[in-house]
Amino acid sequence: MSLLETRDLTGFYGDFQALFGVDITLSEGETVAVIGANGAGKTTLMRSISGVITQAPGMVRFDGREIGALPPDEIMALGIAVVPEGRKLFPSLSVEENLMMGCHRRKVAGPWSLDTVYGLFPILKERRHQPGTALSGGQQQMVSIGRALMSNPRVLLCDEISLGLAPVVIKDIYAAFPQIRETGASVVVVEQDVGQAMKVADRVYCMMEGRVTLSGRPSDLSREAIHDAYFGAAA
Amino acid sequence: MIWVDTVLQGVLLGGLYALFALGLSLVFGIMRLVNLAHGDLIVLAAYLILMLVTLLGLGPFVAALIALPVMFAVGWVLQRLVLNRVLGPDILPPLLVTFGLSVVLQNALQEGFSADSRRIPAGWLETASVPVGPISLGVMPLLTFGSAILVTLALQFVFYRTALGRAFRATSDDPVTASLMGVKPASVFAMATGIAMVVVTIAALYLGTRANFDPTTGPARLIYAFEAVIIGGLGSLWGTLAGGIIIGVAQTVGAKINPEWQILAGHVAFLVVLLVRPRGLFPRAFD
Amino acid sequence: MAGYTVTTRTRASQIAAAFALVLLIVAILLPAFASRSLIQDLFFILTMLTLAQYWNLLAGYGGLVSVGQQAFVGFGAYSLFGGAILWGLNPIAGLLLAGVAALIIAVPTAFFAFRLQGAYFAIGTWVVAEVVRLSVAQWKAVGGGTGTSLPRDARDAMWGAEWIEIAFDTRSSAARDILAYWLALLLAVATIGGIYWFLRTKRGLALAALRDNVEAARSVGVDSERMKWVVFLVAAFGTGIAGGLIFLQNGRISPDSAFSVIDWTAFVIFIVVIGGIGTIEGPILGVLIFFGLQTLLADFGSWYLMVLGGLGIVVMLFAPGGLWGLLSDRTGLRLFPIQRRLERRATIEENSDG
Repeated sequence: MSLLETRDLTGFYGDFQALFGVDITLSEGETVAVIGANGAGKTTLMRSISGVITQAPGMVRFDGREIGALPPDEIMALGIAVVPEGRKLFPSLSVEENLMMGCHRRKVAGPWSLDTVYGLFPILKERRHQPGTALSGGQQQMVSIGRALMSNPRVLLCDEISLGLAPVVIKDIYAAFPQIRETGASVVVVEQDVGQAMKVADRVYCMMEGRVTLSGRPSDLSREAIHDAYFGAAA
Repeated sequence: MIWVDTVLQGVLLGGLYALFALGLSLVFGIMRLVNLAHGDLIVLAAYLILMLVTLLGLGPFVAALIALPVMFAVGWVLQRLVLNRVLGPDILPPLLVTFGLSVVLQNALQEGFSADSRRIPAGWLETASVPVGPISLGVMPLLTFGSAILVTLALQFVFYRTALGRAFRATSDDPVTASLMGVKPASVFAMATGIAMVVVTIAALYLGTRANFDPTTGPARLIYAFEAVIIGGLGSLWGTLAGGIIIGVAQTVGAKINPEWQILAGHVAFLVVLLVRPRGLFPRAFD
Repeated sequence: MAGYTVTTRTRASQIAAAFALVLLIVAILLPAFASRSLIQDLFFILTMLTLAQYWNLLAGYGGLVSVGQQAFVGFGAYSLFGGAILWGLNPIAGLLLAGVAALIIAVPTAFFAFRLQGAYFAIGTWVVAEVVRLSVAQWKAVGGGTGTSLPRDARDAMWGAEWIEIAFDTRSSAARDILAYWLALLLAVATIGGIYWFLRTKRGLALAALRDNVEAARSVGVDSERMKWVVFLVAAFGTGIAGGLIFLQNGRISPDSAFSVIDWTAFVIFIVVIGGIGTIEGPILGVLIFFGLQTLLADFGSWYLMVLGGLGIVVMLFAPGGLWGLLSDRTGLRLFPIQRRLERRATIEENSDG
């Protein structure tokens, strides 16, 4: 049975329909990437899963439970943690306080704690008393990932973590992923960077204009098929 | 020497204004809500303490201790049932709802307690004073000022040393992201207003024991509180204390020159600060 | 765009305009057959309506929630009294002075209050109003803290009062009420007409754009700072005249009555909120409800204000558009349409532009 799934998920962004019946599944321990161009509906998908957008209860299921209509704080408490697009550090909190916010509600013993997060990203320990906003973009992204890990989540949702970062920094951040996966967490990575997504994911969903246009294992998908699913088949 | 005395009395009076202001500052800092009924809630708490004193024969401090949790609950419920519904990008609904609440409270108090002015009896404390060199300082004013410092320290501790304070600041920064961390903004806001009402109750104890009050006393207290908050810089707790002191000193000095100028002098001090430092004395780095 | 025409008129607005014209003629002729107390009631309704329209212009259209309009009512009224007492100025001319005086103190008020963001603007205007009240209370020539009456010779010299006295064959005090009523009618009609005209001009549309979205309005070139100034000063001017008129009719003034936050701001806010903020119809409906409640609950003292405040809260929570908002949402009724609508012209063939 899958840990997290969406069933016929539709979503609206204002009056604009952003999702048209999206079905996505995630198994225990799996890493899934969702790729697609701007406006493909990736953000609406993430917001629907995390509860920022309220849906019909059955449209999102987690561990056999219908969670589509739950508010974000309750979904978080169940074990779905978010690394939001744009990092979204709290500017009036220090690095360490930002990390502590991750386990504000969900205090579950597990592999992740302040010490292990600092072990994963040693630079954060050095700068733990500085305001989060004083850090570089890449370091802020590390805080955001560490903050999500602090709750020892069963599912980690990473929304556009490479957006606005230099390639070398992106590489640094993705270098942490094997360690995150080793602890058994399931991960959903939303990316515009197709190459990066293919490298980390067990399976890939490609979205275009609110629909899943392609899915499968990275090794099974040809470059052309992805190109067509991403940009639309050349007419 | 007479001016030293005047300024010192003003500083102590400033402690009272800081107590009026700290609750307002707290609530604004966390949810950007300006509660126009803040002054009337202070007066409500003063009547509550007065009732406990006269009906149960309690001392004012014990009565205030009982009033604390009651007022916390009042604040919590008010936020949960009413104010949370009107929070949002539009400033109009919260302003108008709290303005309506102010009018309702004033008239409900008038109906319940008549328009007569009252005072919470504090026995010998009312007139007690301690000599400091050639100057004599009232015990109640000293207690007021001490309380203002203690309340500021306590709020500072809650804000910067506890998980609740962390959640306060995170929610103030970004409620959506805070909710992704498991924070329920509606509960955080209710908690904040509850705490603000605890501060309001402490303010009410000193308002009621030091001077007469009646159901229409609230709006003027709101204005002093507001001036202290703006002078201090929005959301800065120590700034709010400093702002209260500035208003207090301006009032006593003004009154010394001409008794009719007391209130006016406080307002003028506020306008001068607004002119010179529009963001207050200790502005937050970001908003 | 052949086949379409831009219009703001609706059938309801045309019927309303015709009805309003009839109503206006009746209102002008009313003193010939109405009782003095009815004239006084109508005076009260008309002046409150005027104040409500200006506050609505500020808050409903300009997004400027002022809790300090009593500064302009009071200062306008005091200027009229001061002019009559110190310079023997005819009170009718004093009305203009009232408006100008309010306009003059509105400049520093705006200067200070605009420094305060959002909600703090509200209390900022209140502080300024307090400063004006406390300062005027120091003005001994107009009675200081206890106030004063309009001098008898100034009252008797009011332009037009003598003519009314003869024409209606009535006592001079009743004649003054009739004069005040006509002036209030003129002021209310000019205010509503002026605001309606303004909202339909390019500037007025810009104001509506500003209310809906400051960023978007700025991006199409609306100078929000300047619009705020214009709206604030216009409202102060009108509010000052209304204040002068109210106390001219009253004949007595004191700092507490002239700068009453309850009378000149709280009531006005409730009228607008209950009737429907951000519409011209709302305050009209609101003032009628307000007057009805006042008549009904006059004997219950503070209960009346509790009901009014409670009603304001309930409306804000459950029907933020006010009663007129409820009504026009249900029926699509608009008496003062501002939106420009595209209408298909009937005569031109369809599908002309593919």
